[in-house]
Amino acid sequence: MPGKLKVKIVAGRHLPVMDRASDLTDAFVEVKFGNTTFKTDVYLKSLNPQWNSEWFKFEVDDEDLQDEPLQITVLDHDTYSANDAIGKVYIDIDPLLYSEAATVISGWFPIYDTIHGIRGEINVVVKVDLFNDLNRFRQSSCGIKFFCTTSIPKCYRAVIIHGFVEELVVNEDPEYQWIDRIRTPRASNEARQRLISLMSGELQRKIGLKVLEMRGNAVVGYLQCFDLEGESGLVVRAIGTACTLDKLSSPAAFLPACNSPSKEMKEIPFNEDPNPNTHSSGPSTPLKNQTYSFSPSKSYSRQSSSSDTDLSLTPKTGMGSGSAGKEGGPFKALLRQQTQSALEQREFPFFTLTAFPPGFLVHVGGVVSARSVKLLDRIHNPDEPETRDAWWAEIRQEIKSHAKALGCHAVVGYSESTSICEEVCILSASGTAAVLNPRFLQDGTVEGCLEQRLEENLPAGCGFCHIPYDELNMPFPAHLTYCYNCRKQKVPDVLFTTIDLPMDAAVIGKGCLIQARLCRLKKKAQAEANATAISNLLPFMEYEVHTQLMNKLKLKGMNALFGLRIQISVGENMLMGLASATGVYLAALPTPGGIQIAGKTPNDGSYEQHISHMQKKINDTIAKNKELYEINPPEICEEIIGSPIPEPRQRSRLLRSQSESSDEVTELDLSHGKKDAFVLEIDDTDAMEDVHSLLTDVPPPSGFYSCNTEIMPGINNWTSEIQMFTSVRVIRLSSLNLTNQALNKNFNDLCENLLKSLYFKLRSMIPCCLCHVNFTVSLPEDELIQVTVTAVAITFDKNQALQTTKTHAEKSLQRASTDNEELLQFPLELCSDSLPSHPFPPAKEHLESASSNSGIPAAQRDRCSSWIELIKLKAQTIRRGSIKTTVTVEKASPVGEGNFRNRSSPPCANSTVGVVKMTPLSFIPGAKITKYLGIINMFFIRETTSLREEGGVSGFLHAFIAEVFAMVRAHVAALGGNAVVSYIMKQCVFMENPNKNQAQCLINVSGDAVVFVRESELEVVSTQQPAATCQPSCTGGEVTT
Amino acid sequence: MASELDIFVGNTTLIDEDVYRLWLDGYSVSDAVALRVRSGILEQTGATAAVLQSDTMDHYRTFQMLERLLHAPPKLLHQLIFQIPPSRQALLIERYYAFDEAFVREVLGKKLSKGTKKDLDDISTKTGITLKSCRRQFDNFKRVFKVVEEMRGSLVDNIQQHFLLSDRLARDYAAIVFFANNRFETGKKKLQYLSFGDFAFCAELMIQNWTLGAVGEAPTDPDPQADDMDMDLDKEFLQDLKELKVLVADKDLLDLHKSLVCTALRGKLGVFSEMEANFKNLSRGLVNVAAKLTHNKDVRDLFVDLVEKFVEPCRSDHWPLNDVRLFLNQYSASVHSLDGFRHQALWDRYMGTLRGCLLRLCHD
Repeated sequence: MPGKLKVKIVAGRHLPVMDRASDLTDAFVEVKFGNTTFKTDVYLKSLNPQWNSEWFKFEVDDEDLQDEPLQITVLDHDTYSANDAIGKVYIDIDPLLYSEAATVISGWFPIYDTIHGIRGEINVVVKVDLFNDLNRFRQSSCGIKFFCTTSIPKCYRAVIIHGFVEELVVNEDPEYQWIDRIRTPRASNEARQRLISLMSGELQRKIGLKVLEMRGNAVVGYLQCFDLEGESGLVVRAIGTACTLDKLSSPAAFLPACNSPSKEMKEIPFNEDPNPNTHSSGPSTPLKNQTYSFSPSKSYSRQSSSSDTDLSLTPKTGMGSGSAGKEGGPFKALLRQQTQSALEQREFPFFTLTAFPPGFLVHVGGVVSARSVKLLDRIHNPDEPETRDAWWAEIRQEIKSHAKALGCHAVVGYSESTSICEEVCILSASGTAAVLNPRFLQDGTVEGCLEQRLEENLPAGCGFCHIPYDELNMPFPAHLTYCYNCRKQKVPDVLFTTIDLPMDAAVIGKGCLIQARLCRLKKKAQAEANATAISNLLPFMEYEVHTQLMNKLKLKGMNALFGLRIQISVGENMLMGLASATGVYLAALPTPGGIQIAGKTPNDGSYEQHISHMQKKINDTIAKNKELYEINPPEICEEIIGSPIPEPRQRSRLLRSQSESSDEVTELDLSHGKKDAFVLEIDDTDAMEDVHSLLTDVPPPSGFYSCNTEIMPGINNWTSEIQMFTSVRVIRLSSLNLTNQALNKNFNDLCENLLKSLYFKLRSMIPCCLCHVNFTVSLPEDELIQVTVTAVAITFDKNQALQTTKTHAEKSLQRASTDNEELLQFPLELCSDSLPSHPFPPAKEHLESASSNSGIPAAQRDRCSSWIELIKLKAQTIRRGSIKTTVTVEKASPVGEGNFRNRSSPPCANSTVGVVKMTPLSFIPGAKITKYLGIINMFFIRETTSLREEGGVSGFLHAFIAEVFAMVRAHVAALGGNAVVSYIMKQCVFMENPNKNQAQCLINVSGDAVVFVRESELEVVSTQQPAATCQPSCTGGEVTT
Repeated sequence: MASELDIFVGNTTLIDEDVYRLWLDGYSVSDAVALRVRSGILEQTGATAAVLQSDTMDHYRTFQMLERLLHAPPKLLHQLIFQIPPSRQALLIERYYAFDEAFVREVLGKKLSKGTKKDLDDISTKTGITLKSCRRQFDNFKRVFKVVEEMRGSLVDNIQQHFLLSDRLARDYAAIVFFANNRFETGKKKLQYLSFGDFAFCAELMIQNWTLGAVGEAPTDPDPQADDMDMDLDKEFLQDLKELKVLVADKDLLDLHKSLVCTALRGKLGVFSEMEANFKNLSRGLVNVAAKLTHNKDVRDLFVDLVEKFVEPCRSDHWPLNDVRLFLNQYSASVHSLDGFRHQALWDRYMGTLRGCLLRLCHD
């Protein structure tokens, strides 16, 4: 019995009325873990029961601790008939299983029912006693930390970044089991929620085992997804990056503790006979007989140069030595070999990270992606998910070979996704081919790495742009120039990546969100015919999405895309493509050329005139955008390079192929007729519309910026106000106008209107930036398009932003200094983080002020703004004093308040209910994350049979999403946290049947629960805030006892 | 292309004050959109009408979901579904419970029953306030009434604690509840010139002085059957008021009282002669009002009587307010010099409040 789980049910509040006669409820609670169930007493006739139960103790395996959720059911006791369920709470106890995270889960949890939503709250305390002496990590992997964050978490240091871990588990979907015909929707939903909770626990445990095998202690960039394959089952899959992390505050104390289990792990292969992971990890013989599989090389031959050809063309060593010779210097060669060997052992040298420690990323090749269309078949044996494993292995292999073709040995910013419609499934994977610094990939050589890193990266801010492939033996025709920054090495003229903009990248001006949107009609078909049709459409879609992206990028006057995410969704009768990325102007890359319009058949004067008119409009737009995004590259470059826009025709051709990496070779051949993406030939109405749509994208209103990356290039003076939101829109297409053009227009309007609405709604936050804008598109039904957006709006200081708009010389000077600052920032942050905040605040101040050589030190500025905040906060408190509700004035308020105080939940500085921030970013502006409390991974189903009464589909979904937010916040607060970072809504599947007055929705969210402390509070009220944030859970429990 | 579904959910619930006001005022979504368009918001922000429509719908939906919580404001503070900064919570509550002067004048003193609710259509047409808004305001009155009805202790404190209203608004509600409970007539034509503020002022004085809670000996009276301390007038006090009748019934006493007042005020009052001529009438009026308060019906007509018996005579003689004040001060104080009169404390309790009320009621 390696663990004892202890649960105490304290109280409930705001329960629903279950007994109409008395308008009250006789509530009791069932606490279930695994197969053991405990019950509290019935608390008669109250909507605010005080059970104050004993400690319920479960003695369980740590394997179960990892897999099983704690299940708490609140019921209404009924003497004569069956007890009615009020609702449930599932608590993932994983965060209690590793020492650094939470020690207790305690607080108010919303009681959730899949039919009625949230029905009151329950106060629960959960603790785990792990018996560490029995440290036989056999099936369990307790102690491995998981992070959704796709960078090294803020209060840790990466000792080693081991690499890719993946796993998937499959099961039958309870919704499709025979029993579903006879059970209630509630029972079915609950079975599903429970199963998914179990499966994700199991998945996490299995991934943990792999990490232990690699001798790591953490998974960073953990991304878990569900594939609802309908009849054929339910797949839960996850990818992540195994790391050995070192806590910054106490490096010595932590390291041995984590190394010991991993050492023991070595024996596992011998002890363990039926290792359940071997199937998935190896490229085991793909059992294709079960499914009709469209392997990418056959039916979907987008990559003529894929797999085999690539491998033969660019043998591993040849590639390395070739480019090393070009770049000169034996060091590079050594580095390459080293990395090569470090990565060679790995099956897939993939990293789900999108931001890296300085010096980690050496060169970036470009985006690599692969898609494959599969037909789903019933999963016959859930214990052997080979088919799905083989599918993914195939795709990953392809990605790997693409990266090789780009002269890269690794793929960063890697992610996988699926789109399912009926029995057809599109699997997609994409990432950025890159060359990495081997130091982080191996044991040992960590010491002194910091200094070397800085030396080595001297051409600051451009190193990663330098081509990793051999100039003479390029995998595709590309136009190279000498780097505009260091003038030493070659760079491409456009760079597409899936990662975040590196911290030290030299950027000119600001960035902006760039989207390409596309619809393609497809005939309805069955099975294989359907899959073939989709396969045939895919390359065209990718091609067009790319052309659109490139055109829009040029229109913005920029030359690089970061955070590129191309989503292709499949529906019954159409395919949708949505690509989002953040465009920037990299100082190292050449100035992009303009867009030329050419009429193919210049037959009459008016036509010519029209063309020139369009051309003028485009040129104007480019000029306007350059102004808007403050793109003023230093002009000296032009002299050196000669004509910056050589032959537009030639140039652009190269651009496209470059960006496409090796993927588009076939494409290029196909498109010979069109010749040049940037000479837009207006030969038919289609092309006209393309040009029009290019110009219809409206820039955000002034004061607004948007990007889909973590940080907005060109803005670094965030203030602390953040607003995370989710917005969902569904439109119904009228079946009359189903042409590609009409579809495109509808889809385009949908996205643009959605953005416009967001700008309008958030106008009070101006100046602000929408960061991490994440669009997902799905086709839930025949004529429905659903777009879901999650993003965070962050305010910034306009005055400082204005400073950056100065003359060129001044600007570049300033930029240089800020670059330096940024460069220095990382190591310095490490230092300041490592100081346990309270003991040496002066030292920290000193460091920060020393780091910034321009004007007011950043730290001070921050402090100023936060002082204002503090004053505001005080003012608020005073104002609120008049209504006698805040905790702060409670004591001063008159009689009768005692009753009140009892009901008030954990005291917190801001409100009676502690504020929990949520953000898709990995950081909170103006604050320091002091502790990671564990991963939040929640899955909810909500169903209704009274859709109209709940305010229609909008009312239903609005309430549900608000409830999901509430439950996430409650769990974080119960862990003692005050924020969720790297929050993501991975799935939002909405189905409706208005005729039956029914709707159902499934939502899956995840993120990292953290404790953050405002930078101002670190100094001003250093004692108060931690107390307020860490204690809500504890006090929340105590208050009601 | 119709939007089937269109929602926006923020981690911090967005509250647009302007839309909230429109919602509270009972405008439909389309009316609200039209009003917003007219406010020039489109020009300011460069948004389209469609954006405005979607935004308004979203806010309306949020408010509808919040409404349930606003019915019991402490719930709004403790709920977990909407994360709203405390200052915004206070604003939501305060605005939700705010009411229109025109509306409150219509229902003040009426029984908060189904019957009155049925008349809301008429009130709506009469006042130009939307029916929806009238319903909200009426339901607010009724809800507050129901909650504090059975409660002991200070009315204002009770309201404040259970509805988290600002001091000002809680006092207004105390007045509304007090008026509804005692069913004071306020709708008569001759009372039309009075504002809600006038009545609220009087209500506050009466609550402070004329109710059971006002005596300040509550703890010594353990009788749980006692009247609600702040809601009901002190019955015993009303009974005792009969004793004041002697002031006008006893001719000598009345004359003495008159001469005392006249001596004191001679030369100080612009309307001295009118006062002198009218003294007996006025005094009779005021004392008779007191003596009649044992009957519920007369309690209800208190304000009608006061206006008829005192305000109107003064007004017809064009008494300046200052003269009214001097007169009332002297009128109440002089009683202390009437040796034959034994109910000094009772007189003070009655006249102290009445004096305040009358001064407030004396305006055009």
